[in-house]
Amino acid sequence: MSNMRLKLHIWRQSSPNAQGGLKTYEVQANEHMSFLEMLDVLNEELVGKGEEPVAFEHDCREGICGTCNMVINGNPHGPQRGTTVCQLHMRAFKDGDEITIEPWRASAFPLIKDLVVDRSSFDSIIQAGGYVSVRTGSAPDANEIPIGKADADEAFDYATCIGCGACVAACKNASAMLFTGAKFSHLEKLPQGQVEADRRAVAMVDAMDEAGFGACTNQYECSAACPKEIPVEAIARLNRGYVRASSRGVSV
Amino acid sequence: MRILRFLNSSIGAKVTMAVTGLALSGFVVGHLTGNLLVFSGREAMNDYAQWLKSLGGGLWIARGGLLAMFILHIATAIKLKRGHKQARPVGYAYQSTIQASQASRTMILSGLLVLGFVLMHLMHFTFRAIGDHGMPEEVLADGTHRHDVFGMLVAGFENDLYVAVYTASMIVLGSHLSHGLHSLFQSLGLRHEAYTPLIEKAASAVAWLLALGFLTIPWAVRLGFVSAEPLAQ
Amino acid sequence: MNLDANIPSGPIEKKWDQRRFDLKLVNPANKRKYRVLVVGTGLAGASAAATLSELGYQVDAFTFHDSPRRAHSIAAQGGINAAKNYQGDGDSVHRLFYDTVKGGDFRSREANVHRLAQVSVEIIDQCVAQGVPFAREYGGTLANRSFGGAQVSRTFYARGQTGQQLLIGAYSALSKQIKAGGVRMHNKKEMVDVVVVDGHAKGIITRCLRTGKLERHHGDAVVLATGGYGNVFFLSTNAMNCNVTAAHRAYRRGAAFANPCYTQIHPTCIPVSGDYQSKLTLMSESLRNDGRIWVPKKQGDTRAAADIPENERDYYLERKYPSFGNLSPRDIASRSAKEACDAGLGVGPGGLGVYLDFAASIERLGEQTIRERYGNLFQMYGKITGENPYKTPMRIYPAVHYTMGGLWVDYHLQSTIPGLFVAGEANFSDHGANRLGASALMQGLADGYFVLPYTVGDYLAGQKPGQTNDSHAAFAETENESRARLERLIGVQGERTVDSFHRELGKIMWDKCGMARNKQGLEQALQEIPALREEFWQNVRVPGSGEDFNQELEKAGRVADFLEFGELMCRDALAREESCGGHFREEHQTDEGEAKRDDEKFSHVTAWEYKGVDNAPVEHREPLVFENVKLAVRSYK
Ligand SMILES: Cc1cc2nc3c(=O)[nH]c(=O)nc-3n(C[C@H](O)[C@H](O)[C@H](O)COP(=O)(O)OP(=O)(O)OC[C@H]3O[C@@H](n4cnc5c(N)ncnc54)[C@H](O)[C@@H]3O)c2cc1C
Ligand code: HEM
Ligand code: HEM
Ligand code: SF4
Ligand code: F3S
Ligand code: FES
Repeated sequence: MSNMRLKLHIWRQSSPNAQGGLKTYEVQANEHMSFLEMLDVLNEELVGKGEEPVAFEHDCREGICGTCNMVINGNPHGPQRGTTVCQLHMRAFKDGDEITIEPWRASAFPLIKDLVVDRSSFDSIIQAGGYVSVRTGSAPDANEIPIGKADADEAFDYATCIGCGACVAACKNASAMLFTGAKFSHLEKLPQGQVEADRRAVAMVDAMDEAGFGACTNQYECSAACPKEIPVEAIARLNRGYVRASSRGVSV
Repeated sequence: MRILRFLNSSIGAKVTMAVTGLALSGFVVGHLTGNLLVFSGREAMNDYAQWLKSLGGGLWIARGGLLAMFILHIATAIKLKRGHKQARPVGYAYQSTIQASQASRTMILSGLLVLGFVLMHLMHFTFRAIGDHGMPEEVLADGTHRHDVFGMLVAGFENDLYVAVYTASMIVLGSHLSHGLHSLFQSLGLRHEAYTPLIEKAASAVAWLLALGFLTIPWAVRLGFVSAEPLAQ
Repeated sequence: MNLDANIPSGPIEKKWDQRRFDLKLVNPANKRKYRVLVVGTGLAGASAAATLSELGYQVDAFTFHDSPRRAHSIAAQGGINAAKNYQGDGDSVHRLFYDTVKGGDFRSREANVHRLAQVSVEIIDQCVAQGVPFAREYGGTLANRSFGGAQVSRTFYARGQTGQQLLIGAYSALSKQIKAGGVRMHNKKEMVDVVVVDGHAKGIITRCLRTGKLERHHGDAVVLATGGYGNVFFLSTNAMNCNVTAAHRAYRRGAAFANPCYTQIHPTCIPVSGDYQSKLTLMSESLRNDGRIWVPKKQGDTRAAADIPENERDYYLERKYPSFGNLSPRDIASRSAKEACDAGLGVGPGGLGVYLDFAASIERLGEQTIRERYGNLFQMYGKITGENPYKTPMRIYPAVHYTMGGLWVDYHLQSTIPGLFVAGEANFSDHGANRLGASALMQGLADGYFVLPYTVGDYLAGQKPGQTNDSHAAFAETENESRARLERLIGVQGERTVDSFHRELGKIMWDKCGMARNKQGLEQALQEIPALREEFWQNVRVPGSGEDFNQELEKAGRVADFLEFGELMCRDALAREESCGGHFREEHQTDEGEAKRDDEKFSHVTAWEYKGVDNAPVEHREPLVFENVKLAVRSYK
């Protein structure tokens, strides 16, 4: 098991309005640890020394809940493609590396403490239209509407979004188009979701704009940083859907 | 109003950029085609300019449209840029880019430089307020006068400073269009598994060919491939 | 303590229909006068909150997560069962019912399980209508796979991310209701206590995890859908923040806790790699459809897997349980792996692992098919171990995964505190001593979409709306107690970190109340845990203050509850002098090492009543009556 000594520069900010800054720490890690376990080790040391541990959010630690979020050397979720930071292992680093760790930066994701930000703006986008309006108990038999495997698979690809916000963090414009496009495309790909597609497009884009995300200028960083590798096709679909809905005069 | 809300939305802004960008690109292509007549000699070039002029009202309408496209394109670009600043007031201390092209990340800069170029260019050849432009008029066999566009071009590019400025500007334009020409497909929601990669390659090829095409003119003059006989007055 | 399960009379197939007809209804115009507090937004909570709100009740939903979509349900991988019989392979409501009762080793309540099997079919319809992209056949119909403990294919799945897709479905239904104004969503609010007014649950106290503020919320009924307590073992497949606090606090307020010792150890998890390890990762049971489990026949065989010839491998599940083979139920598969490793046949560092080998399937079906079925799991394995499971077999080892025990509830999912309902993994109701794969998702959604909306209504119909508000003395009292406790935690200012206590508790639990238990170990644990708890309150160090975002304080509160609750588990395990399902008492096994039930003495639910931290809880029993299945030795041979 190879050990490594690392120098970390971590954004520390005690509260939303406090002045923050990068602080430097040293930590001993080994290659089998996950990145977050490396931070656990640091935090245990800090608590031991009577200092405040670094606040960062995480939960499932297996890349599915979308809770973990930090920018590592400028890359959301770190250097490995298609990987959340909780799945990132220290194998990706080597002895003596310096690592800068910063929070997601976007005004629609206000900072709460250290590396923790508030992503409720994503919820508000879903609340605006990221659903099929079907009351419990009113559904027809599940096999009544056949859906081709290819369509179901494609819908699934979009539906794998974990709502982590890395797309926003990566985009130079802090745009949420990949997230919003993924939800729109997931539902648009299925007959159940098509019925409300127009309304959904308009409502979700309105909510997205209102939350203060930037616009997309097609730089595709989002998709490259996305741990679920959601394709930018999602954005094209949303553009199309929004134009279609607007041309039909749909508003919400 | 739905249409206003549309234009005001982030996607509406993208569509505006795409449509105006496409229109501007259309102008650029047409303009290059016209300008390349310089290689067919004074006669052809000046005939073309004269023909354009003869369109009269039509030309003014086209110019008005072009101006409107420019203004919309630029105004929207600036609005977007302001939005982006607001969307990320605090940047990253450690900056890194995974795969976005240089061109895509500098659209506003390349766009503003193109704007600067166009303004300079208008001063140069349209208002003839700066640089060299040779003798203004050509006298035809039948005794009538017409604008000697050919002579103006040649005279204009005998100045090394202008060749340099045009060269730099065309590289900037190439960069702007190398992203812009395929980006507009994505903005309009036109994406296709098989065609998109082709479009991306083609767009960037077209962009650089356009830039190169423009560049042949100043350099042909500079290197002496194209020169103008002094006009008989 | 009244443990009347309130089961309807009549034939089992008719019970639920009859009950639904008999339930009291609330007049539609009056529904909006009632407020229901739903704690937890996993599958059970989100579906309940959305449906109650659709019906017209005012709902307040709470989660300690930053969004309802992050509940632990999101991590479920393999699938969800339903008796659709789309495969025409002989499935039926009755078979699902039977399999579940048998899988639970005859320690669950028949009527509940039957209802679960009945509504299972509606769940799939509902989810598909919401846009859940289940796997499909080329012809466009839904696909199924098999799961442990069943000989039919009744598991619906969405690659290896079924829980995610189902939760997003429920979350979207919830989001729709939030937008419509029917649900007030409270993110980042942790429930720290239940408020009981005149014997009824009428509110909760929450702590805002961002600001540290304690808040009172009142309602006409409270639903707890707060998940399971597997993290009492420190290392488990549960998400890091799963905890027992909500259930334990309700227990302290008088709700009986049923069968706390029933924990499920999942056979296929990635082995531990070091002492910094923070959690264990599950490799879905669905992998056992195509993977074969084996160990070398020779002790201490250090050859690479590929170099061990076929005849020197022991495919022990196929050998011992020929008819279920690699798809034997979880408790059996886990114990067999432990046996193999205890016998020195384990593979990998430390010898705590067995192989899960896909070579044969890859040869038969091609790598592409395997990739389609399990791509994301293989990828996950690769990321964690740095090995390529397409080339070398996976190494797996059992890990704590699910807790069948939970707050005691009757047929209406109502706890022993009237007005306090419990749904999902947090209750004890449907899985007996062992849960079959793909049945937790089914239960969570059944409870939330199809049971609570009726039974909560029945309770509310008997209550005057808005009876209490938060100025009632009970709210002030409960809030003060919560505040005092938080202050005490911060006030200790000792030497040890919260995690160090949690790790130590986890080790005690795993060693003495884990995959195999015995009297001596449990008795030791009952000495060690109170001592550790004592030390915790003397020597824990929680930095920072209670007035802002403080993750150490969050953890400390949860670990403090685990330190009480672990003791209850051991007590329950000690009291149950038999082996059943996930509860394996070494003293009670057959000659072949299989679990030996004692139906004479233990065919009951054990429900514990709290009597104070330092006093022994009181044991109550709800007898289990089996009228529709015959008690039998569970055999998967
Ligand atoms: C790795 C893994 C894979 C699994 N795979 C499968 C599978 O394939 N099939 C299957 O059927 N089952 C599976 N399970 C089991 C299943 O996922 C869970 O049992 C089920 O999802 C639990 O759902 P729930 O709604 O009861 O609770 P959870 O999803 O755990 O939700 C609990 C909710 O309560 C909230 N909460 C808890 N305490 C508080 C508090 N004090 N205050 C406020 N909010 C609180 C949380 O924020 C959360 O919203 C798996 C489990 C694991 C660990
Ligand atoms: C080396 C390249 C170029 C040459 C030689 C060239 C030449 C000319 C000439 C000769 C004119 C006409 C002047 C007149 O008749 O009044 C003109 C006008 C113009 N050019 Fe160019 N041009 C070049 C590149 C460009 C580029 C790249 C752009 C835009 C991005 C551009 C934009 C314009 C505009 C807007 C006008 C005014 C048109 C009008 O009067 O309606 N030119 N150019
Ligand atoms: C002849 C001149 C110009 C042409 C042909 C042109 C063309 C284009 C095209 C085709 C696009 C792509 C649109 C899309 O992605 O949908 C684009 C984008 C852009 N242009 Fe221009 N442009 C010109 C001038 C300018 C000027 C003067 C500016 C000045 C500010 C500018 C700023 C931008 C910006 C910021 C973008 C990116 C917007 C986006 O991609 O959404 N452009 N341009
Ligand atoms: S699109 Fe990708 S990066 Fe964005 S929130 Fe979803 S999973 Fe995260
Ligand atoms: S990086 Fe940003 S610019 Fe668009 S394509 Fe992605 S949102
Ligand atoms: S902690 Fe769940 S995705 Fe990282």
